[in-house]
Formats: sequence, C-alpha cells, structure tokens
Amino acid sequence: MSLDPILRVGTKLILPFILLFALYVQFHGDYGPGGGFQAGVITAGMVVLLAIIFGLKAAQRIAPKGLVERMIPLGVLIYAGTGVAGLIMGQNFLDYSVLAHDPSHGHELGIFLVEAGVLVTVSGTMTALFYAFVERGR
Amino acid sequence: MSAVWPHLPVLQVLIPLFGALLAGLLRRPTPAYVLATAVSWVAPLIAGALLWQVVQTGPISYHIGGWAPPWGIEYRIDVLNALVLVLVTAVGAVIMPFARLSVAFEVGEGREAWFYCMYLLCLTGLLGITVTGDAFNAFVFLEISSLSSYVLIALGHDRRALLSSFQYLIMGTIGATFYVIGIGLLYLVTGTLNMADLAARLGPAWAEHSRAIVAALAFVTVGISLKLGLFPLHVWLPNAYAYAPSWVTAFLAGTATKVAIYLLVRFYFSIFGIAIDLRLLPIADVIIVLSLAAMLIASLVAVFEANLKRLLAYSSVAQIGYITLGIGLANQAALTGALVHVVNHALMKAALFLAAGAIFYRAHTTELKELAGIGRRMPLTIAAFTIAGLGLVGTPGTSGFISKWYLMVGALGAGQWIPAFVIVASSLIALIYVGRVLEIVWMREPSAQMAAVGDPPLSMLLPLVVLSLATIYLGIDTEWTAGIASMASTILLGGLR
Repeated sequence: MSLDPILRVGTKLILPFILLFALYVQFHGDYGPGGGFQAGVITAGMVVLLAIIFGLKAAQRIAPKGLVERMIPLGVLIYAGTGVAGLIMGQNFLDYSVLAHDPSHGHELGIFLVEAGVLVTVSGTMTALFYAFVERGR
Repeated sequence: MSAVWPHLPVLQVLIPLFGALLAGLLRRPTPAYVLATAVSWVAPLIAGALLWQVVQTGPISYHIGGWAPPWGIEYRIDVLNALVLVLVTAVGAVIMPFARLSVAFEVGEGREAWFYCMYLLCLTGLLGITVTGDAFNAFVFLEISSLSSYVLIALGHDRRALLSSFQYLIMGTIGATFYVIGIGLLYLVTGTLNMADLAARLGPAWAEHSRAIVAALAFVTVGISLKLGLFPLHVWLPNAYAYAPSWVTAFLAGTATKVAIYLLVRFYFSIFGIAIDLRLLPIADVIIVLSLAAMLIASLVAVFEANLKRLLAYSSVAQIGYITLGIGLANQAALTGALVHVVNHALMKAALFLAAGAIFYRAHTTELKELAGIGRRMPLTIAAFTIAGLGLVGTPGTSGFISKWYLMVGALGAGQWIPAFVIVASSLIALIYVGRVLEIVWMREPSAQMAAVGDPPLSMLLPLVVLSLATIYLGIDTEWTAGIASMASTILLGGLR
C-alpha cells in the first residue's frame, strides 16, 4: 500500500481537515450535536488512518505510545480536577457556578473544561486500543 | 478541617479516584504502590468519621454539583452504608501491606502500576455504589468496579485467569444489564432515579403499574444476585476467585460481593419495601430457598474440591447463602445476623484467601494434595488459617458463631424450622471441608520439595494475623458489629410496610 501515490497524497491532504473537524465537533458541542466523546473518536480516527497508510512507526512518531497511555488518566484528571476546583472554592463537588464571576459563565467554563477532559481520555483510549491490537503478535 | 467535614461523602470516592489516575500517570511500580497504600489508609479514616457522624447526628445528604435531589445526584449516608464503607475501606487498608510482594510475584514486572491503578479504580467503584443515593449513579459505579475487577482477575499468573475473567465479564455484564433494565422500568413508572424519591413515588404508582414494578423488582433482583453470587447465579465466582491473583481474591471476597449485598438490601428495605408490601409477592420465599440451596450444595461441592482456592470460593457461595437467608427472613434478629455476617465473613474470608496467597508465594501451589504437612513449615500462616477456618465453621469464640447465632434466633423467631436445621447442617459440612484441609496441612508428613518452605515475610504475615485476630475479637466484643448492624436493621425494618 505504501506504493500507492493516490492514497498517500490523499491521506496527507485529508489529515488536517479530520483534526479540524474534530475540533469543530468539540467546540460545537455547546450549541448542537457533538462534544468531547465524538471529537475524541474522530481525533483517534486520524491517527488510525495515518497508521494504516504510513505504518505504525509514522503514527507513533506523532502520537507516541507513552503519551497516548498517559492521556487516558490525564483526561479524567482534567474532568475530576474541574469538579475539585468548585469544591476548593467553597461549593460542592462539580458545582461550576463559582468558576467565573457570574454563575452561567462559570457553568460554561466548567462544561468546556469537562469536555476537554473527555476529548483527551477518549482519543487516548481509542488510540491505545488500536495500538494494542496492531502490536499483537509482533 | 471544618471546611473539609461537609465534603467527606464525596472525598470518600474522590480520593481513590485521584489515586487511580495518578497511579496510571506514574507508571512505575514503587510510587504506584506507595500511592495505593496511602489512599487505602486514608479511606478508612474518612469512613470512620462518616460512621461517627451518622451515629451522632443521623443521615448525611450531599448534593453533587449543588443540584438538589431528586433532580441532582445525591450522596446519602446512613448507618447501613457507613458500616459497609468502614468494612470495605478497612479490608483494603489491612490487606495492603500484603500486596507488594504477592503482586510483584504473581502479576509480574511492567504491569504492577496498572494493577494498582485498577485496584484503586475498583475501590472507587465499590465506595461509590455504597455512598450514592441515586439508583442510576449506583449502576455507573457498579460498572466502574466491575470493569476494573475483570482486569484484576485477568492479571492472574495462570492462563485460565483470562478465561475466568471473560466468564465473569459475560455474567457480570448480564447482571449489570438486568439491573439497568430494572432501573429503566422504575424510571418509566415514576420519572425519578433518586432512591428516596423512588420509595415515595412507587407506592402511589403501584395501583396502576403493578406489573411494571414487579418486573423491575425481578430484574433488579436477578441483576444484583448475579453480582453477589447467589446460587445458582454463582458459576462465575469459583473460577474467578481461583485464578485471580491471590491478593485480588482476598480483596474481592472481602468487598465486592459484600457491596452487592448492600445494594440488594438497599433496594429491598429502602425502596421496594417502603413503597409496597413485599409479603404480597413470593420474593422472600425464592430468596430463602436459593439461600438454603447455596448453603447445602455449595458446601458439599467444597468438600470435594482439590484446590484450596476453589474450595474457599465454594465456601464463599455457601456463606453468601447465610447472608441472603437473613435478608429473606427479614426480622430483626435475622437481618442483624445477615449484616453482621457481611462484616464477619468479609474479614475471615480475606484472612483465608491471604493465607492461600502466602502459601502460593512460598510453595508455588494451592493444590491440596501437594500441601501435605505444610503447617509444620509455615506454622504462623497455617495457624492464622486455622483460626479463620474455625470462624467459618461457626465455632463459639469466633465471629462466625455470633452471626450464625443471630441467624438461628431469627429463623426460630420466624417459626421457620427448615432454615434453622440447614444452618446447623451447613455448619457441619463446613466443619468437614475445613477439617479436611486442616488434616492435610497439620497431620501429614511434609513432602521433600516443601523442605525449604517457610513462613512469608512480616509484611505478608501481619495482615493475615490481624485479620485472624479480628475473627476472635469480633467473636467476643460484638458492640461494633452487632450493635451497629442491629441499629441499621431497626431502621430498615422500621420503614417497611
């Protein structure tokens, strides 16, 4: 497959747009369908496509295994940390209303951070699953 | 300190969660172990503070995200779940020193950090099920604890661990699915997921939706019974316990099934029992018959088991039968007995499985025929095993006697002669299977390949000794176990229709 120029060039062209679309889905989650989970899967899909066309080594140069495996707990840490931020500022766990001057902005910021955490964990998990399957029997 | 006090219910769950995440980020065995130990030792302090607070001032309610129940998720702690919190965290804290060497030996280099990450995640899930006052939130935590326990079991040294983990995964997923179908039906009928709100709304809904509510009750019962290993839904349990890493078996035997039992009690006595008269349905009879079958059949199977860990696993199925028998009889003495046995059985089974783990660490086998005379080589380990084993039989002076006494009083008080007879019969069978092990390990001549075997290091011996001494202590001083359990069962039975 590495000899097929159409696939190689096509993939190179499409990769940045996949990532862009993932970010669109991530940030559009506030107003319509979308959010961290879907965006995370699309991001991981970009890495999977890269690995299929250019090989595992190329994919792991961009998304090293150690980084991907650390992203799994890191995203949950961002999520739970957002909750604890509310707790430290004198409210209950996961109460976002104190994160900004006015409660509704606080909620917006809280959801934004939580969704960012979801993005990190889901994309990390999906990529790690893919690596685990690909590396079997090597 | 006073600022932390109102947040204790959520910190009970959050601290293990953060521990798990940091262990996953650290990725090195020693820091991960230190972290897991620190978390395991802080958790019982929080649980103890919660229990103290509940006994002093009554139930605590914590609103996640500041959303008031029944709309938001509520963490609600009363005497019953405070007792379970103390039990789960205490088992985790006591057996933690055992983990270092045992896990390094059985799980192996490179996987230890993930192992502790999964353990802490499992602890998070179990504590979450216990603190939450929201039926769906309990499902989420049930899945967290289940998924992490599948991983923990699959890390066993034997390849059969993978198969038994897969078997548990299938059964556990069916159980969780049944549970969530039951919750779905309840939500359909009442429009709420908060447990207290469910209890209030199910009663008025009964006239119109009795069929859906009965179906929900059946789904929830079967779903949770799969997780707690009620006979005949126990088939995953012996393999999972036998092939999991020894330390994991001790942890799960002491906590996971007990938390599932707690959830069943919560549904029967704090939700369904308050809303409808459960005596209209044959649910108690079904539970009692299955419990009696578990007590007799699983004990008999244990008599003929050739592997120590499988023998103990079947004994667990039988002992869970005692607990569910007390739930089915549902009078003051029987329910107290069931709750006391939750605590007592957790502690002695943890001791027995730790002893099996110590034997495996030294002798590299748990096949009974190869353990001849090992008591002379590992006297302290086997002495601890003997004490906990006598507790299992229900010898006077051990904690097992106390719980069986309450159950017996409960059975006779209800005028049920058959359960009372089966309690005695099952204890006699327990005497046979424990006696068989004791005969092999103490009386027989040690074989040549066991010549170099000795007691394990202090870090493994200490948890074992503490747990077996607890078996004796709780057989003499029953203020903590029976006192709090009877307080809890008074509250539970007081709410029933």
